This record gives sequence, structure tokens and C-alpha cells, in this order.
Amino acid sequence: MRELLHPWLGFLPPLAEELIYILIGIVILVAPLMLCVAYLTYAERKIIGYMQVRIGPNRVGPRGWLQPIADALKLMFKEIVLPSASNRFLFLIAPMLVLGPALAAWAVIPFDAGVVLADVNAGLLYVLAMSSLGVYGILLAGWSSNSKYALLGALRSGAQVISYELGMGFALVGVLVAAGSMNLGEIVMAQAGNGFIGWYWLPLLPLFLIYFISGVAETNRAPFDLAEGESEIVAGFHVEYSGMAFALFFLGEYANMILVSAMASLMFMGGWLSPVEGLVPEALLSVPVLGWLLGSGIHWLILKIAFFLFFFLWFRATFPRYRYDQVMRLGWKVFIPLTLVWLVVVAGMVLAKLPPWFD
Amino acid sequence: MFELVIFYLFAALTVMAATAVVTLRNPVFAVLALILAFFSAAVIWMLLEAEFLAIVLVVVYVGAVMVLFLYVVMMLDINLAVLKEGFAHFLPLGALMAVLTVYLMARVLGPDNFGLDRYYPPVSHGPGYSNTRELGLLLYTDYFYAFEIAAVILLVAMVAAITLTLRRRKDRKFQRPEEQVAVRRDDFVRVVKMSSEES
Repeated sequence: MRELLHPWLGFLPPLAEELIYILIGIVILVAPLMLCVAYLTYAERKIIGYMQVRIGPNRVGPRGWLQPIADALKLMFKEIVLPSASNRFLFLIAPMLVLGPALAAWAVIPFDAGVVLADVNAGLLYVLAMSSLGVYGILLAGWSSNSKYALLGALRSGAQVISYELGMGFALVGVLVAAGSMNLGEIVMAQAGNGFIGWYWLPLLPLFLIYFISGVAETNRAPFDLAEGESEIVAGFHVEYSGMAFALFFLGEYANMILVSAMASLMFMGGWLSPVEGLVPEALLSVPVLGWLLGSGIHWLILKIAFFLFFFLWFRATFPRYRYDQVMRLGWKVFIPLTLVWLVVVAGMVLAKLPPWFD
Repeated sequence: MFELVIFYLFAALTVMAATAVVTLRNPVFAVLALILAFFSAAVIWMLLEAEFLAIVLVVVYVGAVMVLFLYVVMMLDINLAVLKEGFAHFLPLGALMAVLTVYLMARVLGPDNFGLDRYYPPVSHGPGYSNTRELGLLLYTDYFYAFEIAAVILLVAMVAAITLTLRRRKDRKFQRPEEQVAVRRDDFVRVVKMSSEES
């Protein structure tokens, strides 16, 4: 990309040119992500619709395909209502604090070998840091709204996110021990060689489940959506928000869902690796179309992300909401001890060089 | 050049945010300023190639400790007028303490102990250098005992804090989920078969 653009941008000072390259990289990443978020809302309404024997949105465009566009336009043109005696500055900055970290975490997600915006050593820690920042938006939204329901929702969400971050962090430590690296690209490559048997979902099965369930809790999705809890506290922390300010919370939540799915696929399901990689003969991979389909590539990563996203929607259609004390019990008394035990087991497996994963 | 711009930007931001922590009236804003100070300090550490420490600062302090701070401050109902009472009365003592603290900090942190001639800029390593691995190797070999003792001290502090605040209340109500899950229909429902009555 740099060689292609340099003839046109060469007249700029090097600093400005570098900034423009970074900006272009961000746009290439964020624009498709926003499109995915828009169509994830459509997929959610359709899938849950069919699960409940309804049809779902089918009026705007063929089969309702333009529904997300219509929703986005509606939210953009709606008025942003500021509650009286609210803290205006924090009220308006809170949605940005939710969306910002949700997008920033994508910087270190690799989509294929070497296809990553920032190839940093501490990628895993970076994602953990960014996902832990999202809670500020929710807390501040609840506090600045000057509304009791919003404050209750924010308090619930704050305690929940902090509790589940511990389980999530320990699950990530397990992956770190297994792969011996915090670079997400290297974590994927450490799973290569044995097809889907060689991925970490099998030796790290408890951590995999705990990571994904903690991810559902961390994104405040059903059945852990106590921060919203429409039957108890109306809509929780975003009850006072309207128009685009509300849409930013929505975008942040869905971008986080895709992020959790992407992280689960990268760390436990081999990322962009093909499930038959290393199992089928090399000759098959040089067949024109079939070889590309069976070979490793970004299409496998997208497929895996879609698979996990389907679980998010499935959970929402299936499970009733958790009671608050049970959410806390699950996080502190079940997940954290389980991850601690399994960390020791993983360390033992790595020391014993257990084939086919750790040899 | 690029790094210099980032350094001065975030160094200024750190100082400004740290000043705001003590000068802002609203405690929620003070906590937010403290978060900003941590965050920009993390960026400066990142410039020193201490990426592990920088991100752990964000994860632990910004992501967990400050959330709890904010959590508590948000729920406080603070009357600013009461807080400002007696400001003039305590001013001389406060000013004396402030001057003394600034003097001590200047003596300890000043150029005598932390000058540029004592602390050279860190040697730049290549992109393949892993700060995390080096730190881990040092902590678990050379500084193993110090590290473990620090961990045990923290554990003792945690246990002490919990035991100090623990009250065994008798009137507390709570559910036992394992009992709730183990409930069977037959424990509560009795199905009675009856022949329909003739009218």
C-alpha cells in the first residue's frame, strides 16, 4: 500500500504521510466492521425471529436487507434528548468511551498471516486492557444521566464486568502459557500443523468455555444483560439516551460481540487456519478452487467468527436472564477456581510436551 | 521526531491531569483526571519500550482499581459547602505541609539522584525483543524470593481486610443454589387422581 500511495503523498512531510497511512489502515479496518455490526443486528432479528416462529424484518428492501440502513438513518435524524440536571459533558462523552475502546482493540487482531494493523508483542494484554476500558462509558452514562434506573444499571454493569474480567484474564493466561507468546499471530501459528485436532479448544476446553461465557457476560449480552434488565430497571444505563448517542452504545456492544468471537476463534479455534490443514495431502491444496477453499485463509476466520456470533444470538433466544447473585456466584466461585486449577494442568501439559499440541 | 511529539504531548497531559486531580471540585471529575494521568503515564512507559508495564498499568489500575474508585465516588452524596468549611482556618498548616512535601520530593527526586547523568535513556532493542519474557525471567530467577514475599504480604493484607470487615449477621437471608437446583417436583407437588364426579 505504501509503495502505491507514495507517488501521490510524497510531497507531504514524513510525519503527515505516516499519519495518513495509519488513518487509511484504520478506515480499511473500521468501515467493514461497521457494516458487519449493521448486518449483525439484521441477522439477530432474523435468527431470533425464526427461532420464535416469526419472520423478522422483511419490509425494507428485498427480504428486509435494507432494514439496518433504515435503522441507522432513523437513529441519525432523531433528536438527542438531554435530561435535565444531567452532567452534559459526561453524558455526551460516555457513548464515545464505549465505542472507542471497542474499536481500538481491533488494531491487534490478525486476519491472516501478517494481515494485521499493529503487530505488537503484547497483543493479548492489549485486547484485555481495551476491553476493560469499555466499562467506564457504561458507568459514566449511568451516573451522568441523573436517573435512578440508569445508576442502578451502571452499578450492576460495573460489578459484573470487573468480576468476569478476572475469569477472562486467567483464561487468557492459560492460552499464553500454552502458546508461549502474547502475539496473537504467533498464538494462531502455534496451533498449526494438525488440523482442527491441533487447535487449543481441546487441551484448553474449560478455559475455552469460560472465556466465551465471560465474553458474553463482559459484553452485557443475554443471559447476563442485567445492566439493561428491561423487566426490572427499564433499560438500565442507557435509559436516558436517544438518537445517535444511543446508537453509539449499540455499535459498541455489537463491535464487542464480534471482538469476543474473533478472540475466541483466534485463541482456541486456530484463527485463519483451515480445519483440514496438515490432514489432507498437499496435492489437493493446489487444485484451483477447492485448494483455496480447503487452504488456510481469512474465509475460515470469518466463518468461525460467524459461528460464535450465532451462539450469542442463540443464547439470547434461549436463556432467561440470570439472577444477580447467581451471576456473581458463577463468576467468583465457579469460573475463577476452575481457571486456576486448569492453569496448573496446562502448565503440566506444556512441561510434559504432550503431543500433538505441545511437542 | 514522531516519538518526541508523542512524548511532549503525553508528558504535558500527565502533568495537567495530575494537577486537575487535586484542583477539581467534583470528585467524579477528579477520579476521571486520575484515570487520564494513569493512561498518559502508560503511554510514556510505552515510549520507553516497557510495553508490559504500560499495558498492565492500564489493565490493573485503569481497568480495575479506578473502576472501584469511581464506583464508590459515584454513590457518595457530597456536600461541597461542608467540605470547604474552615478552609482559612486550616490554610497555614496545610500550606506548611505542602511546602515541606514539595521540598522533600524535590530533594529525593531531584537531579542529584535522578539526573540524566545517572539515568541514561534505555537501550533500544529490536522489534523481536519481548519485554514480557525478560521481566518474567528476571522475576522468577534473580528476584524470586522478593517476588514471592511481596505476593504473600499482599495476600495477608487481603485476608486481614476481609476479616476486619466481616460480620456474621444472624438475620441475613440467602439462597443456596445447589439446594435450589436439587429440588424435585415430588417434593412440592402431589398429583391426586380423581374420577370425575357424576352430576
